[in-house]
Amino acid sequence: MTPNTSPYLSPNKMLNWSKKNLFSSWVNTIMTVIALIFLYEVGTFFLNWAIFKADFINNFRGETITDRTFCSKNIEVGQHGACWAIIFVRFHQFMYGFYPVEEAWRVNLVYAFLPFALIGVLFDKLPLRRVFLYFTFAFPFIAYFMLYGGPGLSVVATNKWGGLLVTLFLGVTGIALAFPLSILLALGRRSNMPIVKSICVVFIEFIRGVPLITLLFTANVMLPLFLPEGVKPDNLLRALVAVTLFQSAYMAEAIRGGLQAIPKGQIEAAQSLGLNYWQTTRKIILPQALKIAIPPIVNTCIGLFKDTSLVLIIGLFDLLGIGRAALSDITWTKLYYEVYVFVSLIFFIFCFGMSRYSLYLEKKLKTDNS
Amino acid sequence: MEQVIQLEKVNKWFDDFHVLKDIDLTVTKGQKIVVCGPSGSGKSTMIRCINRLEAHQKGQIVVHGTELTNDLKNIDMIRKNVGMVFQQFNLFPHLSVIDNITLAPIWVKKLPKKEAENIAMTYLEKVKIPEQAQKYPGQLSGGQQQRVAIARSLAMNPDIMLFDEPTSALDPEMIKEVLDVMIQLAEEGMTMLVVTHEMGFAKTVADQMIFMDEGRIVEQATPDEFFNNPKSDRTKLFLSQILNH
Ligand SMILES: Nc1ncnc2c1ncn2[C@@H]1O[C@H](COP(=O)(O)OP(=O)(O)OP(=O)(O)O)[C@@H](O)[C@H]1O
Ligand SMILES: [Mg+2]
Repeated sequence: MTPNTSPYLSPNKMLNWSKKNLFSSWVNTIMTVIALIFLYEVGTFFLNWAIFKADFINNFRGETITDRTFCSKNIEVGQHGACWAIIFVRFHQFMYGFYPVEEAWRVNLVYAFLPFALIGVLFDKLPLRRVFLYFTFAFPFIAYFMLYGGPGLSVVATNKWGGLLVTLFLGVTGIALAFPLSILLALGRRSNMPIVKSICVVFIEFIRGVPLITLLFTANVMLPLFLPEGVKPDNLLRALVAVTLFQSAYMAEAIRGGLQAIPKGQIEAAQSLGLNYWQTTRKIILPQALKIAIPPIVNTCIGLFKDTSLVLIIGLFDLLGIGRAALSDITWTKLYYEVYVFVSLIFFIFCFGMSRYSLYLEKKLKTDNS
Repeated sequence: MEQVIQLEKVNKWFDDFHVLKDIDLTVTKGQKIVVCGPSGSGKSTMIRCINRLEAHQKGQIVVHGTELTNDLKNIDMIRKNVGMVFQQFNLFPHLSVIDNITLAPIWVKKLPKKEAENIAMTYLEKVKIPEQAQKYPGQLSGGQQQRVAIARSLAMNPDIMLFDEPTSALDPEMIKEVLDVMIQLAEEGMTMLVVTHEMGFAKTVADQMIFMDEGRIVEQATPDEFFNNPKSDRTKLFLSQILNH
């Protein structure tokens, strides 16, 4: 790296940096030029397709696009870019599935408050963190009431939920429920009690040994067997159970990695002071182990978030499922690129956010004096 | 004299390795015992059996009239009254100095936070680093960390203190500050069991010297006897090695 440690970029420094890193030799220069040309070509092609030559609501003649025959690219073949109208026309479905249009404000409200439920958990030096954490604990109940309904709000059955709502519901709830479960599993796996230990080992290894699809099918078929006759759990709940169990096994392994990094002396010091197992675990081991395990935990969360799209095989319409449904509509069919690019973009935004958060934490852990 | 620790024919194995062989030891109230011996002779294992960080398999260990068995209640009770200081300090790196010290008083003794903090400050003053209360262990020197560890143990108000080579991980210039604290503690009448090779310290404070080798107590005597007139050849050899370098 450059010896200049100042964070401010000046044209001079940038020039120096490029000389050193991009044009240091003939080979390096050629590679740089090729890469730049490539980036330029791909970039301009994509931007033209996605923005400059694309249709949004109207086509190039100024007509409102109501089906695929109005897309500019289908009128003048080869002259135009993407036809985003499919996203706009079906935007409600992408966001809420088949949730009644007049009730969509309830989902919006939940989306709007979700960040407030998360920041207390994500940032440990937040002012008023305690208040935010109280909200975090209350949030699932509020969200459930808002989304599902109850006294004063009309009930919207979960088979009406879809799109981003299902993706976020499964992702966020699955991760939130899996977290405490995974801590217990990780602790159980290191327990001295042989029975507890074997149960945890078998559970973790079994879940890690089968694909999520299998679990989803299994939950779909098996769950009704464990419930009293007549009680029919809905599909979303079955998917949630499968996703939670799946995630908890992976998270447990990430946490176990953190637990293993804690020196034995820490436990001995706590024991010699008279702290019992749970006190030692809560006050000494977990705070240190979770800190170490956060990057791998976030990795498993990113994986899970993407994997939620598998629920479409058990008949749920998550974001991807809604996209595929849109494509099978004969008035919109063949707009594959638009749909998949849009769905990917949404997944990317969330996963990239998690990935950046994990990087931020890694940096913070390095600089923390503790 | 009131007996506070009794070990009778204590035996311990790590798998099939016999670490402690028929250990007999009695400690009376206020007594200072220094344990020495070659590496691997079982010194650490012996004192770790006294607060049950290790479990013995044969024989009897009685602390304050309570026998150490698998009974968790007894173990908890004994640990509350027996403090331990480790070679590697083992401070909790995620807690500040003051939180390291108040942790056990608050959670084990259920003291109010304010009271626990007052106690913590008293002991930090005693080990002469009250100004470091808000720092984290990683910001302190080794000698300071070990003094915090001593304060942390003392804050539980134990009647017995176990030390396992408290100065052997320290740079030479920091050894004295830790030994000074231990000498002061000895003068105040604390019952102490110290594994150390600091023979100057041993001569100053010990009532009894114990020499261990291969899992046995080979020799037990007053410091005067021990240093000037050791009985066993192994003790002589050990002393000549340790005093000559
Ligand atoms: N947890 C363990 N499992 C197996 N063997 C062990 C364990 N702890 C200690 N030992 C062995 O028991 C013997 C005695 O160990 P101990 O730590 O008590 O010796 P020590 O006298 O304290 O030595 P040192 O001066 O090196 O600290 C050593 O041979 C050691 O390798
Ligand atoms: Mg030792």
